[in-house]
Amino acid sequence: MSSSVTPTSKPVKTTGLHVGDAAPGVRKVDPILIADGVRRTFGGLTAVDVEHVEIPRGAITALIGPNGAGKTTFFNLLTGFDKPDTGTWSFDGRSLAHVPAYRVARMGLIRTFQLTKSLALLSVMENMKLGAKNQVGENLFRSLIPSIWRKQDGEIEAKAMELLTRFKLDAKKDDYAASMSGGQRKLLEMARALMSDPTLVMLDEPMAGVNPALKQSLLDHILDLKASGMTVLFVEHDMHMVRHIADWVIVMAEGKVVAEGDPHKVMENPAVIDAYLGAHHDTDLGADSEHVEALKELIDDEQ
Amino acid sequence: MDWGAIFGNAAVELISPTTAAYALAALGLAIHFGYTGLLNFGQAGFMLLGAYGYAIPALKLGWPFWACVLTALAASVIFALILGIPTLRLRADYLAIVTIAAAEVLRLIFTTNEFRAVTGSANGLSEFQVDLLALNPFPPGRYGFGPFVFDNRVWFFLVIAWIVVAIAAVFTWLIMRSPWGRVVKGIREDEDAVRALGKNVYSYKIQSLILGGLLGTLAGILFVLPRAVVPSYFQPTLTFVIYAVLLLGGAATILGPIVGSIVFWVLLSFFSGFVSRAVTAGWFPFMTQVQAGQLRFILVGVAIMLIVVFMPQGLLGNKKELAFVK
Amino acid sequence: MEPTQSVAKRSPGRWLILLAVLLSALTLSGIAASPAMAEDVSAASATEEPAATEEPAATEEPGATEEPVEDFEYNFRGNVQFEGEPVEGVRITVEGGGFETETETDADGRWEVGVPDNEGTFTVTLDEDTLPEGVIVVEEGGAEREAEFGLTRNASVNFFLGEGVRTTVSFFDQFVQRAVNGLNFGLLLALAAIGLSLIFGTTGLSNFAHAELITFGALMTLTFGGTLGVPIWLAIIIAVVLSGILGWVLDAGIWKPLRKRGVGLIPLMIVSIGLSLALRYTYQFFYGGQTQQLVGATGTPRINIGPISLTWIDIASMAISIVVLLAVAFFLVRTRIGKATRAVADNSSLASASGIDVNFVIRIVWVLGAALAGLSGILWAYFRPGVSWDMGFQILLLIFAAVVLGGLGTAFGALVGALIVGLFVEVSTLWLPSDMKYVGALVIMIIVLLFRPQGILGRRERIG
Repeated sequence: MSSSVTPTSKPVKTTGLHVGDAAPGVRKVDPILIADGVRRTFGGLTAVDVEHVEIPRGAITALIGPNGAGKTTFFNLLTGFDKPDTGTWSFDGRSLAHVPAYRVARMGLIRTFQLTKSLALLSVMENMKLGAKNQVGENLFRSLIPSIWRKQDGEIEAKAMELLTRFKLDAKKDDYAASMSGGQRKLLEMARALMSDPTLVMLDEPMAGVNPALKQSLLDHILDLKASGMTVLFVEHDMHMVRHIADWVIVMAEGKVVAEGDPHKVMENPAVIDAYLGAHHDTDLGADSEHVEALKELIDDEQ
Repeated sequence: MDWGAIFGNAAVELISPTTAAYALAALGLAIHFGYTGLLNFGQAGFMLLGAYGYAIPALKLGWPFWACVLTALAASVIFALILGIPTLRLRADYLAIVTIAAAEVLRLIFTTNEFRAVTGSANGLSEFQVDLLALNPFPPGRYGFGPFVFDNRVWFFLVIAWIVVAIAAVFTWLIMRSPWGRVVKGIREDEDAVRALGKNVYSYKIQSLILGGLLGTLAGILFVLPRAVVPSYFQPTLTFVIYAVLLLGGAATILGPIVGSIVFWVLLSFFSGFVSRAVTAGWFPFMTQVQAGQLRFILVGVAIMLIVVFMPQGLLGNKKELAFVK
Repeated sequence: MEPTQSVAKRSPGRWLILLAVLLSALTLSGIAASPAMAEDVSAASATEEPAATEEPAATEEPGATEEPVEDFEYNFRGNVQFEGEPVEGVRITVEGGGFETETETDADGRWEVGVPDNEGTFTVTLDEDTLPEGVIVVEEGGAEREAEFGLTRNASVNFFLGEGVRTTVSFFDQFVQRAVNGLNFGLLLALAAIGLSLIFGTTGLSNFAHAELITFGALMTLTFGGTLGVPIWLAIIIAVVLSGILGWVLDAGIWKPLRKRGVGLIPLMIVSIGLSLALRYTYQFFYGGQTQQLVGATGTPRINIGPISLTWIDIASMAISIVVLLAVAFFLVRTRIGKATRAVADNSSLASASGIDVNFVIRIVWVLGAALAGLSGILWAYFRPGVSWDMGFQILLLIFAAVVLGGLGTAFGALVGALIVGLFVEVSTLWLPSDMKYVGALVIMIIVLLFRPQGILGRRERIG
């Protein structure tokens, strides 16, 4: 990864987030998200098996781990995009079990996706406006009478314009999202997430496929989120980025939380080194691993 | 070769009630497929419900026409809910298979001899328009101008049909430019992304399915007003032809379905008129008159394939989209 | 056909439509019985759609009028009387050429039923359960009669009744007979369903043109076995080989180029619908709209094994299906290319990364799927019995139902699904009227999707 990526100013790290020793599942002073006994299996494979984890409020937490560690599945479970076999988890004191994804989002927990989901044949501005909450014109009957929603729509557009300017996408506001580069789409997705004024932003690999110049500005934007009082949880492979901006790091391997702690110290943890070098290279199949029986047979034949 | 008759018949299709009915059914599909991305292959089923939902209360219960229309629309909403609730959570192609199957189930139920007393089985129902015709403001007789000479009955149905199409087009235009339309278009692009923004995707999909189905139901009424209701009109091929009309005009446009229907019917009438007369004149000695009739279906099939591959945005779609269509 | 002749032929067709409208109105309700009312109806239908007034072909709208003309093109009629008194409410079933319908006698003991064409033999059955107590059909041949049209459009079938005790078939025996028929039907559906499922699994395409691959096999058998006089076993082999070649041509000519263009799955599905429409009417263009019979499809003697009555063709059909299905299973489980096929169906990109030539596998799947569909079509032509231009399309939805029931994209699921659909369709006729027998299977499919969307053997992760 490019080591030239450094925040313009050295970020101010938040410390003193945890209570007691920095062990897996350690209690936090002010947790925003608490997960307990969350387990998800695909066929015979356990993708996620998290005993207890707390995400500290008002800080930037990084979720790291080797491929196939279950990070994205854990994201999906927390945000209602997937259902765990067992477990409870709550956001801001409210239980999230059996809450559908759209309600999770309405509570203020907004996520982005590893593979960007910009809405290709909508304009950048339409993408942004879609992010706003509580729009009266989104009701079918009220949508028929423009005078009901036009005023609110104007306000939303102004807010979107402000965010687009901040993310330097204002010049592209009338273009199709499909016409933008991968990095610009990541920016758009983040900007769109902010339209709803979330309390917790979950970013799934925000740096994947982004060119170094844009990475720079993405980093600044993530720090800005914290500065404006939001909590950030992100999945990332770029260790430089993790060290620079994360206040807290949670390490997952084979579906479990194996270590937690301060970004500089956690890297020295033997469990983390083991997780990364532990030769679990063939577990990168994720949810698909039960779909490869025939392939395995074929490979067996050849050996 | 009677070119005048060929062009005259083709011109009639510009404004015929059938053209209007296909345009309206295609507009319903535009809401489903073009705007929301729902693969409804049961539009023929919605049309069937319109046709029978109107004809049965009119004939068997003697209800006034407005009550018949309401019955048809209510049946259509129930049908949409039955289809949508189980399938809209599933992958897109499940909806396609379930809707085409459900439309066939409906057609078979209306074809069976078991319910002959109500449905008229394979022979269908006729003379259900009496109540509506009582309101016909056009004086009796055949009149018109140029090729457009019809009797007063046809004029009446023609005017009703195009008024309904116009209202439906304005309605669709209004909802699609609103925030509601924005959500629905977002669902077409990526429903997970829209869900992550706090929209109840499932509810929007059901709303869309109901709305497009209601337009299909109205189209079914318009389609059968000038004729008898016969269950074999509502075969899966009808849905496929409506898809052809929609794709020709442009799937995610308001005027596309209307222009598509007009172009489709005018071209088809011109083509079959020409081939049929050419066969009579002995220009195509290898072809019989019956075969000439089948040629147009072959043409429709080939046209569907070519449009999807080479002109996916249709006649009226945004050309800019072309570069980004998968 | 000379043009003048065809023009002459059309006008009686017109009159028949009119007659059909008249008759339907008459049967509908008592109010239509007055002559004045009937005149009204004829006036109404004459002024139908404006375009229909001049245009000869305009009565044939796309999707609209493939059948309406059929309803009263040819008619069977008869009179049911007992000791000179008409018997009302007797159920008459007419079956043949892949068409099945039923009616009841009216107050004068008369019945009449329309059939789509006059080719081949029809079986006319009088349901003895609907006769008064102590009355049965006394003549030779009993309540089931074979009937044909001569050169006329109408044929009379009369049953002679007398006093007697009816020998009823027990419910269990009927059930067994239907179940065996259902098994036969399910096996031939499975042949087509496995191909459809493999194509879906490897390419993601819901191939609506699969119906036309089914029809193709039957049509080729008809051409070689009937028109060209090739022995039927050879004709069947030629037809299956030609079906496989058609699969190759379709993949090479249409689907591979479209995959290369990166056309999405939904556009691909719509392309398959267009292809289906074009092929189907091309068949009709060359073969006409009538139903024709393969060699040996009708009039074969029946073999009775307990309550089961079968022809040797039924037995051969089931045997062929079972042997071919076992061969396909062997191919998928044991051979290298079969395993590669399953690997591509499981996870195409991973298979590709493991060095499997995905395009080659897909080509094999198309050839295999089309050959299986062709064979299925031949067996379906014997089962119905009859060959017609749209015979594949008639069972397409049942095949989709089989694939969905089993779980989209799994070959063995498709087999199980097909057997369930086949059995269900045939056995349900014990309770459902025979013209509704497909309804049950389709409703079951919708219900299964409601409670177990992944299908009976499918995996949950396959849902989107």
